[in-house]
Amino acid sequence: MKLKLKIWKQKNQTAEGKFHDYNVEADEHMSFLEMLDVLNEGLLENQQEPVAFDHDCREGICGTCSLVINGRPHGPMQGTTACQLHMRHFKDGDTITIEPWRANAFPIVKDLVTDRSAFDRIIQSGGFVSVNTGQAMDGNAIPIEKDVAGEAFEAATCIGCGACVAACPNGSAMLFTSAKINHLDLLPQGKVESSKRVVKMVEKMDEEGFGNCSNVGACHVECPKEIKLENIARMNRKYFAAKLSAK
Amino acid sequence: MKWLTSLLTSSIGRKLIMALTGLFLCSFLVIHLIGNLQLLVDDGGVAFNDYAYFMTHFLPIKIVSYGLYAGIILHSIMGIALWLQNRKKKGVGYKGGKAQGSWASKNMGLLGTLILAFIFIHMGDFWFKMKFTDTLKMVSSEALGHDVKDLYKRVSIAFENPLIVIAYVIGQLVLAFHLWHGFASGFVTLGINNKKYTPIIETIGRVFAIVVPVGFVIIPILHYLGISF
Repeated sequence: MKLKLKIWKQKNQTAEGKFHDYNVEADEHMSFLEMLDVLNEGLLENQQEPVAFDHDCREGICGTCSLVINGRPHGPMQGTTACQLHMRHFKDGDTITIEPWRANAFPIVKDLVTDRSAFDRIIQSGGFVSVNTGQAMDGNAIPIEKDVAGEAFEAATCIGCGACVAACPNGSAMLFTSAKINHLDLLPQGKVESSKRVVKMVEKMDEEGFGNCSNVGACHVECPKEIKLENIARMNRKYFAAKLSAK
Repeated sequence: MKWLTSLLTSSIGRKLIMALTGLFLCSFLVIHLIGNLQLLVDDGGVAFNDYAYFMTHFLPIKIVSYGLYAGIILHSIMGIALWLQNRKKKGVGYKGGKAQGSWASKNMGLLGTLILAFIFIHMGDFWFKMKFTDTLKMVSSEALGHDVKDLYKRVSIAFENPLIVIAYVIGQLVLAFHLWHGFASGFVTLGINNKKYTPIIETIGRVFAIVVPVGFVIIPILHYLGISF
C-alpha cells in the first residue's frame, strides 16, 4: 500500500516546526511503527534525516509511543497504543497526518518526541506506598474485596503514556493523576499516605503546568487502557476530604 | 485559612467553584421559570405583577437575589479565566482532526460568554427598567391593596417585537447546549459519579437541558402569537 505522510518536523524545543510530506510503501501487516521504520530506513539510505519518534516495548505496555495520528492520540482504534495499531486499518492511497502530543507541560524534544517527565515528577511527589523492611508479608494475609481489587487493578493499568493530556482540549492531566492516586488509595497498603498523597500529587500536577479539567471526556475515549472518568470524580472526592479534614 | 485558599485556587478547587455556582444557577432557572409561566395566564398580568412585587420586596428573596448576582459574577469570571488559561496550557492544536467529546463540552467558554451577553440584554430590558427607572406604569393591585409596577406591560411590549423573540429563542438554544454538558459535569466535579447514580444524573441533566429552555422560550413565542391560558 502506498501512503502519503504529513509529519511534524521540529529541530528542538524552541525551533519553529512545520509539516513535511513523505511517501512510503507499507504492508498492511505492518504495525504503525514498523511503517515509520520503513520510512526512516529509506530516508537514511538517501542520506536524509530520519523522523524522530518515541518507542520502546512495542507491545502496548510501556507507554512510550506517543503519536497523534489524524488528530487522535494513538490513532483511530479504541483501546490501542500506536505500536499496536496495524496498517490494515488504513487504505491504499491514504494521507496520514502525524503530530506530537500537544500540551505546554509536554515540550517537544524533537519532531514527534515530547518530554513527559512532568508525569514522573507527579509520581515522585506521592505515587508510592510505605512498606516495612524485613520479611515480606504473606500477600494473602490482607483480605481485599474482589470489586475493590478489580477497581484498583483497572486504575493500575494506566501506562502513563500521556494520551489523556494529548487528547484533552485543556491539556489537563487529571485522568493520569487520578488513576495513579486511586490504584494506590483503593488498596490497604496505600491507605497510610492516603490524604497526603492526593494533596501532593494534585499540587504537583498544577505546578507542572497542566490545564484544568472540564469533564469533556476525550481523555477516556483516547486512553489506550480505557481508564474510566470515575477516577477523576473519585480523586475530586478524596481531594476535598483531604483538604477539609487535614490538620 | 491557608488550606481554604489553597483548596479554592487549585485546579480541582476552581472546578468546585464552577460546579457549585453552576448548580446553584440551575436551581435559580427552575424558580425563574415557574414564576415566569404566570406570564401565560390570561389575567392581564395581575398575578405576574403581584409576583414581581413580592420578588423585589420580600427580604429573604432579596438576600438570595444578591447571592444570585454573586453566583453569576463568580461563575462568569472564573469560567472566562479558566477558558483563557486552558487555551494557553493546551498551546498548539492538531491539524489532523478534532478532539473527541461533545461539541457542547468543548465550547462551554463560548456558550457561557453568549449566555452572559444574553443576561445583560435580558436584565437591561426588564430588571434594570423595573428597579432603577420610572419608565414602568403603576397599576393597582387588588390582592396587595396598593399600586405595583406594571412589569407585565413591559414584557408584552418587548415580546411584540419579532427580533426580540428571535433573540430569546437563540439565547435559550445556547443555554440548552450549556446545560447539556454543565448539569451532569457539575456532579462529576463534586465527586458524585458512580455506576448507580451517573446514568440517572446524566438523564436528569439532558431532560433539564431541554425542558427548562423550552419552558422559557414558549413564553415569548406564545406572547408574540397572542396565546394565553
